[in-house]
Formats: sequence, C-alpha cells, structure tokens
Amino acid sequence: MSSAEYRDPVTVRRLLDAIAGTVSRPWTLMEICGGQTHAILRAGIDRLLPPAVTLVHGPGCPVCVTPVGVIDQAIALAGRPEVTLCSFGDMLRVPGSCGDLLAARAAGGDVRVVYSPLDAVALAGREPKRQVVFLAVGFETTAPAAAAAVRQAQALDLPNFSLLCAQVRVAPAMAAILAAPDCRIQGFLAAGHVCAVMGLAEYAPLVARFGVPIVVAGFEPVDILTGVLHCLRQLEGGRARLENAYARAVSAQGNPAAQALVGEVFECVARDWRGLGELPESGLGLRAGYADFDAARRFGLAQTPAPDPGECLAGEVLQGRLRPDRCPAFGSRCTPQRPLGAPMVSSEGACAAYYRYRGPVA
Amino acid sequence: MDGACPLPLDEYPVVLLAHGGGGRLMQRLLDGLILPTLDVRAGQSLHDAARLDELLTDAAGRLAFTTDSYVVRPLFFPGGDIGTLAVCGTVNDLAMAGAQARALSVSLILEEGLPMQTLWQVLRSLRQSAAAAGVRIVTGDTKVVERGRADGVYINTAGIGAVPAGVSIHPGRVRAGDAVLLSGDIGRHGIAVLAQREGLQFETTIESDCQPLWPAVAALLDAGLDLHCLRDPTRGGLASALVEIARQAGVDVLLDEAALPVTPPVATACELLGFDPLHVACEGRLVAFVPAPQAQAALDLLRSAPGGEQAARIGAVRGPGGQVTLRSRYGIDRPLDMPAGELLPRIC
Ligand code: SF4
Repeated sequence: MSSAEYRDPVTVRRLLDAIAGTVSRPWTLMEICGGQTHAILRAGIDRLLPPAVTLVHGPGCPVCVTPVGVIDQAIALAGRPEVTLCSFGDMLRVPGSCGDLLAARAAGGDVRVVYSPLDAVALAGREPKRQVVFLAVGFETTAPAAAAAVRQAQALDLPNFSLLCAQVRVAPAMAAILAAPDCRIQGFLAAGHVCAVMGLAEYAPLVARFGVPIVVAGFEPVDILTGVLHCLRQLEGGRARLENAYARAVSAQGNPAAQALVGEVFECVARDWRGLGELPESGLGLRAGYADFDAARRFGLAQTPAPDPGECLAGEVLQGRLRPDRCPAFGSRCTPQRPLGAPMVSSEGACAAYYRYRGPVA
Repeated sequence: MDGACPLPLDEYPVVLLAHGGGGRLMQRLLDGLILPTLDVRAGQSLHDAARLDELLTDAAGRLAFTTDSYVVRPLFFPGGDIGTLAVCGTVNDLAMAGAQARALSVSLILEEGLPMQTLWQVLRSLRQSAAAAGVRIVTGDTKVVERGRADGVYINTAGIGAVPAGVSIHPGRVRAGDAVLLSGDIGRHGIAVLAQREGLQFETTIESDCQPLWPAVAALLDAGLDLHCLRDPTRGGLASALVEIARQAGVDVLLDEAALPVTPPVATACELLGFDPLHVACEGRLVAFVPAPQAQAALDLLRSAPGGEQAARIGAVRGPGGQVTLRSRYGIDRPLDMPAGELLPRIC
C-alpha cells in the first residue's frame, strides 16, 4: 500500500473545506497518540484547520509517560556488572533522577538498543552468562511482543531473561483526563494502532460515561483530518458516539490472537505515570505464572517513586493542559540536546514535536 | 583483483599483534598483502613521506588538504564497506572545495584476530575506490591493537587535491537568488548501515549511495558553471548540511518538501524507525548552490552523472538571515534544525 494517497494535498484540501463547512463554533479535540501529534505538527495540520478547532495533545507517548522511578531502576540495573539492559532507542536519553541510560552506557554499563523484545530473548540465548533485562515500555501496541518474548523465554527455558515491566494501557489514562474537574476536551481521536490490537470495546464505556465522541484515526494527514471531520460532525450534531474512521487498519474486535497472548501473560495493575501519578488498572504486570521473568522481583528492586523533576511541566503537557511551547523552559533551558523532561526527548514527545517543527521559539 | 587473499592463509589466517611489531611479520604483511593490494608504486614506501611534486605540478600552488577517520560498524554493508567509505569520504571532502584528489594517505588500525581475508577485502575496496576516484595512495601506516580494542579495522585517510584555476567554492559565496540542487535521493547510506548492523529486514535491500563525487563536480566545473558552494550531507544528513551552510553564509534557505527525492524503501524504513530522512547520512550525494539562471544546466549535468538520476532542485536562497525553512506539501513552513545527537530508533 502506498501512503502517498493519504498525504495527497488535493484530498487534504477537500477535507479542510468540509471541516470549515461543518464548524459553527469553537471545539477542542485531543489526539491521544504522540505519533499523531508529530504528524499534525509536521504537516502543519493545526495551522490548516479553522481557528475554531483546537487540537490538544494527549499522553500517548510511552517514553514520556514512563515515570522517573522506572528509569532509575533501569539505570541501576545497567550499573550491575552481570546485567545487559536492552531497550528501545528512545529510552536511552530520557533523564532519570540523575543521568540517563546513555550516560550509564558511557560509564561502562552494558546497555543495548533492540528493535523487538524478541531480540533481547535471542541475546539471552546467545549469552547465557549474562542477565538480559528488557525494559518493557509501551502501550497496547508493544504488549503482544513483550508477552511473546516472555513466552519464548519460558519455552526456551532461559533463566537469564527478564522484563522490567512498564507497559501501560490507554483507556485508563483517557478516563483520568476526562474525569479531571477542569477538563476541556470535547472529543477524542483514538490511536489507530492501539485499536488495531485491542479493538474498540474499551472505548464504549468512556463514551457512555463522559458523553464525548471518540473517533479512531490513523497517522497520515488524510487519516487525521478524516478523524477530525467525523468528530466535529458528531459534536455539531449534538451526538457522542464511538466511530471508526480508520477502518482500513482497524476492525471492531481488534486482533484476538494478540489480545489472548497479552491476557495470558499480563494482568491489569495500578501503574505510576509520569506527570499523572498512579492510575488504577492502567498498567500491565506479569501474572503469577510468569513472575520468574519479573526483573523487579529477580533483582529485588525497591519501588522508590522518584518525584518528577521540579522545573519540567510534563504532567501538564501530557494532560493537554499546557501547550509545549508555553512551558517556560521550552527552547531555552529545555532542548533536545539538553532535555529537562521526557516529552523533549522522545520521537513521539509533544515538546520534541513543537521544537522540531516550530523551532526553539514558538 | 578478484580471487583470494595473496597471503598464504594457512600460516596466519588472522592478524596478530606481531603483525604490528615492526619485525619480519610486519614486513611480510606489508610486502605480501598491503602494498601489492593497494597498488603502491615501486619506489614509494608506506613508511617514508611521499614526494608529491610529480602529482601536483599543474596545481599552481592552489591545494586543498583534508583528513577523516572511519570507524563504521559493520565493516561491510550493502553498497560498500569501510574501504570504499575511507576513500570516498576524503575524496568527496576535497571535491566539495572544488579540488580533485591527487594523493591519499591510508592509516590502518587493525584489531588482533582480524581475518586476513577480511583485511584483504578492505584493501581491495580501498584500491578499487581510489582507482575509480582517480587518486593515488602514496603513503600510510599500519598499527595492530589488542583484541577487543577496535571494531576490526579503523582507517584514517588524508588527501591532497588540486583546485583548478579560477575556482572558489565556499559558503561565503552563497547569494540570495541561488538555487539549491541535490545530486540524488537521500538517506540510503545511513539506513543501509543501520539495517545491516541491527539485522533489520526490509522488503527491498537498501544499498548505500557511497560513491566518489568528483566526476559530478568536474562535469559542473568543465561546463563553466559558477558553483558558489558545495557540501556532501554525511553525518547529520541533508538538514545538518544545509543548516550549517545557512549559518556560515548568513542566508535564509527555503526548501520544498515535495521536491526532496527519497526512495520509497528509504521512506518506509524511516517511518518504521521514526527517523526523518533529512537527518539520515548520505555518502555519495552533494548539495550545490548555483546562481538560479544556471540551475537547469547544472541539474541536467547532475542527472547524467553516475547515480544522479534523481537529482533535483530542492530550494532557493531567499535573503540574509541564517535559517533553513521547509515548506510542506500543504504550504506550511517549518524551521529545519540539526538532529539532537545519535539517531535512536523509536518505540512503536
Ligand atoms: S518543554 Fe521541557 S521542561 Fe517543559 S514540559 Fe516539555 S520536556 Fe518538560
């Protein structure tokens, strides 16, 4: 499939005209996913939309929401001589309480970038004398692969593989944002690839409870604008429904095999989010049958909730309350070269998106 | 030059520390493998300083000199290897100053345990690339370090080139009204090396664009075009190269996103990994700033140069400033900056 048609300027123009013809008053929509945030800023969609439509950016970046405490645990593990710490690349530059994983690597820690948790399992098989720990961050999109890795490590009887669990779930975060007393979000664009795994079932209760439209949308400009248009049509018509504007990739039931795999290995647990604090049922933890693969247990890691760094307003940004470029540190004391917080680091982070596509002074 | 390594491999199939010790084993390595494979002429020695008069008689004192070190992992990747890189990189740095490379030094730092066969393949690439670029390897050095202290081979090359009379190419000559040309598609080298290193499988194998750029530069110069500035977008990619020039020249550059040549496999790989092709390294591409009236002629020449089918006019110099702006397909402008540091693949 060529993605060119989903970037076609003529289609984009048509959708913009349709949106302009639909909107009669101001609306505020939140896109959940950091990938969408980047696509929006990159193509300048927020500037192409009529001024009445405001897009705010949600907490949908797994790197950004991983709390400082988990980064600190990973850095501590990387400092142990017997441990090889594996992670996705983005995580390496996220600041912990002191330093990041890149610094841990420079200090002699064995920190490696992998592209899939299965790569880490393979590494554990190749290097039986080392303890290979995979830092499992991510939303529902990465959970099936993490689950598959645990299953494979079990099948291969690898005593030297474990997960440092930081997997999170989108729906509880959406509920937390909507439940906030000062919430100004009137409609949501749900993240297409999360729904491709999980289906739509989790969102129906949110629509019913909070009365906001939720529209599943993809990541190309045409996908995002289609999602916006559907959301606005509902709002203008006084409706709040769950809609799928990304049917080419997402089916209502999602991917049952992946869901079964995740359900077999993981259970819902409370989890700490950067900036949002602890949210019930918002994380995935290993079930009792797989507890041997839990790095926190294996290495006796203490749950030390580290405070979010003082100057960084990531929590406000992640809840859509603060536009990144309005953070006082943005572009001055906080840049991609010297980030104060995760949203300036990650390739999906909202602050990084503003810096990259709008420049240091917005 | 195909076939097998000329050293009898049953004797010493791998590099030993003793090969760097200055004794008989080292002499054997030099005489039996390195010198013949690199085609160093009789009378020249890799240990003595080279005499360059003969190579530079026509240079009339206008010389360019550059050096660079090559530490790529893995040593071999689709479209090239560390040997090709070590020659092309230095030859291209000279070409960007309008200089034709004449003489090259090659310093090898070998890791104990390196298979002789691998060394030979690298040497062969050095020689072939030098021949393709029309430059002679005239001096060099070889050291061996303990196992674990290098990634097989490190290579340093330094090059001297001659600048033709009347040629002056540097950022200071960039003017408002200049057209910005790019000699081919971007991002292939960086993705090819990363894919090879990390064992990533893409639908199509992405080959590095590594190649000498002098033929393209020579064609432009021979046609009498007034090249204001040239730059090869290596580390940091096209974005870094342009941002650097805009700053040095104190001009604003406007780029047209729709005109940027990126092949579909590279675009897809970048999307998967969360990279911007503008930030991914090239090793065989150049950006040229030329007066707008000469742009079409220059573009035609770039397109007929090797690997230049996708050459494109990607933007223009607007006026004084120092910023690069990218205009999206939808007409929205955004500033372009250098990447923050190491490119790290994204999460989902
Ligand atoms: S700009 Fe920097 S300091 Fe401000 S919220 Fe974003 S990451 Fe934190």
